[in-house]
Amino acid sequence: MIKVQNLAKVFGTKRAVDDVSFSVNRGEVLGFLGPNGAGKSTTMRMITGFLPPSGGSVSVGGFDIVEHPIEARRLIGYLPENAPAYTDMTVHGFLNFAAEIRGLRGDARKQAVNRVVEMCFLGSVLHQSVETLSKGYRHRTCFAQSIIHDPDVLVMDEPTDGLDPNQKHEVRQLIRRMGEKKAIIFSTHILEEVDAACSRAIIIDRGKIVANGTPQELRQKSEWAGAVTLRVKGVAASAVTAKLYQVPLVKRVTVVDEKDGRVTVRAFPKSGANGALAQAIGEAAHEWQIEQLQAEEGRLDEVFRSITMPDTAKEAA
Amino acid sequence: MNAWRNVWTITKRELAAYFTSPLAYVFIVIFLLLCGFFTFFVGGFFERQEASLVRPFFDWHPWFYLFLVPAVGMRLWAEERRVGTIELLLTMPITAWQAILGKFLASWLFLALALALTFPVVITVNYLGRPDNGVILTAYVGSWLMAGAYLAISCITSALTRSQVVSFIISLVVCLFLILAGFPPVINVLEQVAPKLVDLVAFFSVMTHFEGFQKGVLDSRDILFFLSVIGFSLFTTSVILRTHRAG
Repeated sequence: MIKVQNLAKVFGTKRAVDDVSFSVNRGEVLGFLGPNGAGKSTTMRMITGFLPPSGGSVSVGGFDIVEHPIEARRLIGYLPENAPAYTDMTVHGFLNFAAEIRGLRGDARKQAVNRVVEMCFLGSVLHQSVETLSKGYRHRTCFAQSIIHDPDVLVMDEPTDGLDPNQKHEVRQLIRRMGEKKAIIFSTHILEEVDAACSRAIIIDRGKIVANGTPQELRQKSEWAGAVTLRVKGVAASAVTAKLYQVPLVKRVTVVDEKDGRVTVRAFPKSGANGALAQAIGEAAHEWQIEQLQAEEGRLDEVFRSITMPDTAKEAA
Repeated sequence: MNAWRNVWTITKRELAAYFTSPLAYVFIVIFLLLCGFFTFFVGGFFERQEASLVRPFFDWHPWFYLFLVPAVGMRLWAEERRVGTIELLLTMPITAWQAILGKFLASWLFLALALALTFPVVITVNYLGRPDNGVILTAYVGSWLMAGAYLAISCITSALTRSQVVSFIISLVVCLFLILAGFPPVINVLEQVAPKLVDLVAFFSVMTHFEGFQKGVLDSRDILFFLSVIGFSLFTTSVILRTHRAG
């Protein structure tokens, strides 16, 4: 549904987005990750046709956003950053306006408004002015306008920003549910959201795509992927590390903790270990008193750090 | 057909926005008070002893509009940019032109309403004498067209900035220029300094073109002047909005 090819945006001398290509199909939820200022919002603004690209192209549902902007925009629902809404209108008035400008009239409009009011739990503030709403309600109002025409494509810039944990959960559930039938892109810098809602994620840094894959695949890039944490009792830390270094699959061993006669160490696998490390370590350690033996999954935050800040990631790990 | 529907949707929203804020009521009250005060006290409506509204009433309009129209137009785009709703508006399935036109029409209709509410002056003059109502009508039309020209200029300045105050001041200065270019004292000075330029400069003044309407003459050149100021200004607005986004 969304096809982005070699997209670029230049502001003055700064390349905010640099040669970005990806596509999103119906039924996919794409998480857009990246540090602040990486070019996430700029990319989304180009996809929705708010900013004209400096290079490359975007097509939505087969319509080029520059050549056929109206047809393309008709397919898109957009939640901009900070969820702007007309402060001088009531929630009801605002949603009616959004429906009308999307070409919904009469009964169709009433139904659309009722549907999103219910979906976004706006019933209690329907006749309140947007100006007086709390941040969460204002956010949901803007979210409601983005789905009022039941679009095939949803573009959301930090949809959970400023919501309380319950609301965040609701929104993620909603995105996930809607993602079964639509093509969705949303940006976030909360990594757990990627697991909670995305079928695929892209990490963007300084305008370029630096990683693209399912959350599972991204996790595999982590040094932690396939690492094993071992806690044994009654053995010296030096003896444990020495022994583990003899296991062929082990690349590196760190001592996590040593107290009360218990040692916790973590072994990182060489590439290509494919999860076999836990068994190998289990065998190596069979003569000790094992209290814990745990295979780690990759950690997204660590992948994120190591990709976007290569210099400091090592220390953090 | 669809295009006009979109324009009308925008216009409706903007009009509603005027009346949900106190701005509309404040504006109308101030405008009517000014009209009344200047017509009957400063303009010497009664002292003149003539059944005409031209001098005591319409003569003041270019000056009222100088302050009031920029106040009406300043929020059109500046507010959208400040709050960020411009990002919503311009990603809706409408063209930028439809949005620009819709907003302009809303403000222009609002000004028409304010103007229409001065009807007691017309009743008064008809009660006291036998004025030429045709002249009064053309003068009203001219006044409204002039307000539209000011308003279109305010659209430009409003699109230029996020700040309504800055927009207000710039459009006030531009509109002041449009008045002064045809203001008799300025013309007199100019006649001595550069006599060849007088006609050219005066041509750009709203005063020169409003004059005809006040005499009851519907000159196509005057109408065209105001309409082309409006058209050109709205076009400039669209260019400014586009360059903002082009970065």
